[in-house]
Amino acid sequence: MRAYVAKRLALLIPTLIGISILSFMIIHVIPGDLVTVLLGITASQNEQNRQAIITALHLDQPLLVQYLRWIAGVLRADLGRSLVHGGSVAGEILRAFPVTAQLTIMSMAIAAALGIPLGVLSVMRAARSIEPVVRVVSLLFISAPAFFVGTVLIVLGARYVPALPTLGHVPFLEAPGQSLLHMLPASLALGAAISAILLRYTRASMLEVLGADYVRTARAKGASERHVVSRHALANALIPVIAAAGIQFVALFGGAVIIEEVFALPGIGRLVVNAIFQRDYTVIQGAVLFLTLNAVLINLAVDLLYHLVDPRIVYV
Amino acid sequence: MSKAEEEPWRLEPQTRRRRAPWRRLARNWSAAVGAGIVAGLLAVAVLAPALAPRGPTQLHAGFEIKPPAAAFPFGTDELGRDMLSRVIFGARISLGAALGSVLLAASIGVPLGITIGFLRGTVDLLAMRLFDILFAFPAILLAIALVAALGPSLPNLIFTIALLTMPQFAIIARGATLATTPLEYVHAAVALGASRRRIVFAHILPNVMPPLIVAATLNLSIVILVEAGLSFLGLGTQPPTPSWGGMISRGRQYMTIAPWLVVFPGLAIMLAVFGFNLLGDGLRETLDPRLYRGGG
Repeated sequence: MRAYVAKRLALLIPTLIGISILSFMIIHVIPGDLVTVLLGITASQNEQNRQAIITALHLDQPLLVQYLRWIAGVLRADLGRSLVHGGSVAGEILRAFPVTAQLTIMSMAIAAALGIPLGVLSVMRAARSIEPVVRVVSLLFISAPAFFVGTVLIVLGARYVPALPTLGHVPFLEAPGQSLLHMLPASLALGAAISAILLRYTRASMLEVLGADYVRTARAKGASERHVVSRHALANALIPVIAAAGIQFVALFGGAVIIEEVFALPGIGRLVVNAIFQRDYTVIQGAVLFLTLNAVLINLAVDLLYHLVDPRIVYV
Repeated sequence: MSKAEEEPWRLEPQTRRRRAPWRRLARNWSAAVGAGIVAGLLAVAVLAPALAPRGPTQLHAGFEIKPPAAAFPFGTDELGRDMLSRVIFGARISLGAALGSVLLAASIGVPLGITIGFLRGTVDLLAMRLFDILFAFPAILLAIALVAALGPSLPNLIFTIALLTMPQFAIIARGATLATTPLEYVHAAVALGASRRRIVFAHILPNVMPPLIVAATLNLSIVILVEAGLSFLGLGTQPPTPSWGGMISRGRQYMTIAPWLVVFPGLAIMLAVFGFNLLGDGLRETLDPRLYRGGG
């Protein structure tokens, strides 16, 4: 196990370098004169303004030097300052991250709590004949864009459950109960599709495992159907579901970008979208780097967990 | 004497081979229903000018925010535009962006993947590491950042989505190439002096096609969702061109008094994604039974 962890960590280094280069380049793929784009047409005519931004971003130096300076800052947790209001980018990200983390964790919890048990139920003998229903309903859930589900939830909530707050955010540490309640509609909107995806994975995996020899043996020795499913099949069937859940968890951070906009949640997604419309490129750059790093670390954690659950599996 | 009676052994097996996959597809309800939905939506997109009762950007003064009625079956928006016509024309943007980006991604990814699979060694290792890095970025986030940097427009959106989905096609093509080249019939073809080109087109491509078709179909459904999401954020097609995601974004402000502004474009997105998903599911079962594990 220790050797495996070490190997995975070593493999992380080239990935991290690649990610940092891609994030760095985001500012430099903007078409046109960078200074004009950053300042806007009117402000860019002022030579003083131009000089100020060139010095601030070290644009007068070679690209490699710019990159190394930027990386040196990143390693000291300094992601630069916002081009719009001058605040620390790292500070803004750290303020917004707990909101996004709470949203994605709650969505994943809802998705797993719904999807996995329903997936198991769908392979029980009584439910086998409704395969088309299971498929159509789960595909409909997958097909509904989260921002559409979210919008509908807001309106339905306002009309039928006026007591349930739908917009805005209460920090978890200030009032945990209120915070969870506030985040519930957004988590439902974001988790709905994932629950259907997990249902399909669980179902597929269960069907495969139920055909295995050891399940036949368990049945042959007279174990009840319930015992066979819960003890013998489920434990093995859940292994690929963990991998699927890990992939979905990473994808949730992408989906959160749009859902935070719908529910007015002050998370990283909203930070990025606002930065895009204000052309605040240092914030975009910092947030992309942070979220990607986050995705890589989650992937690593899932792989290690996967290895722990089933030591036969080694991803290199 | 007809040709079939002259040489029965020639015609018989060929027709049987050609029909079999289609028969299997038609018998698979998921593929049949999905293909029906997709064909219907494509027809709507192509025939939009003939089908739409009014112009998608035509303003009807005095008819702002009217609920669905005989004159406007899907109601009107805040500027008095016919929602039915806008949803119909929106199919062009949505399907056009999806087909455009998946075709672009496949036409770059497949040759790239086959080349990598052929060359192996260092090239293969470097390419796979690069793809790993690309995969590490949450796709929607990278799409948002790229579109934001390049400027929001439909071509930029198609290019960005194609760039993000290309590695999938390359990886599938690479895998099939690696799996096929050591097979005996490829060795036989090499021994017979077949050119590289012939090996690729006659022996490798047919093996890559089934998983590629499945991946392309399922990708179309994902791309429609991504396009809708980006348009919702204002990073796709710019107004007044109607896109489903953009319509939901605008309609959101009037949602409590005029739910039809959000519901109809939302249902259109769901129908399109559902159709491609159903078709992809069915195709996977018929074309690629090895991958099929009961609906995963």
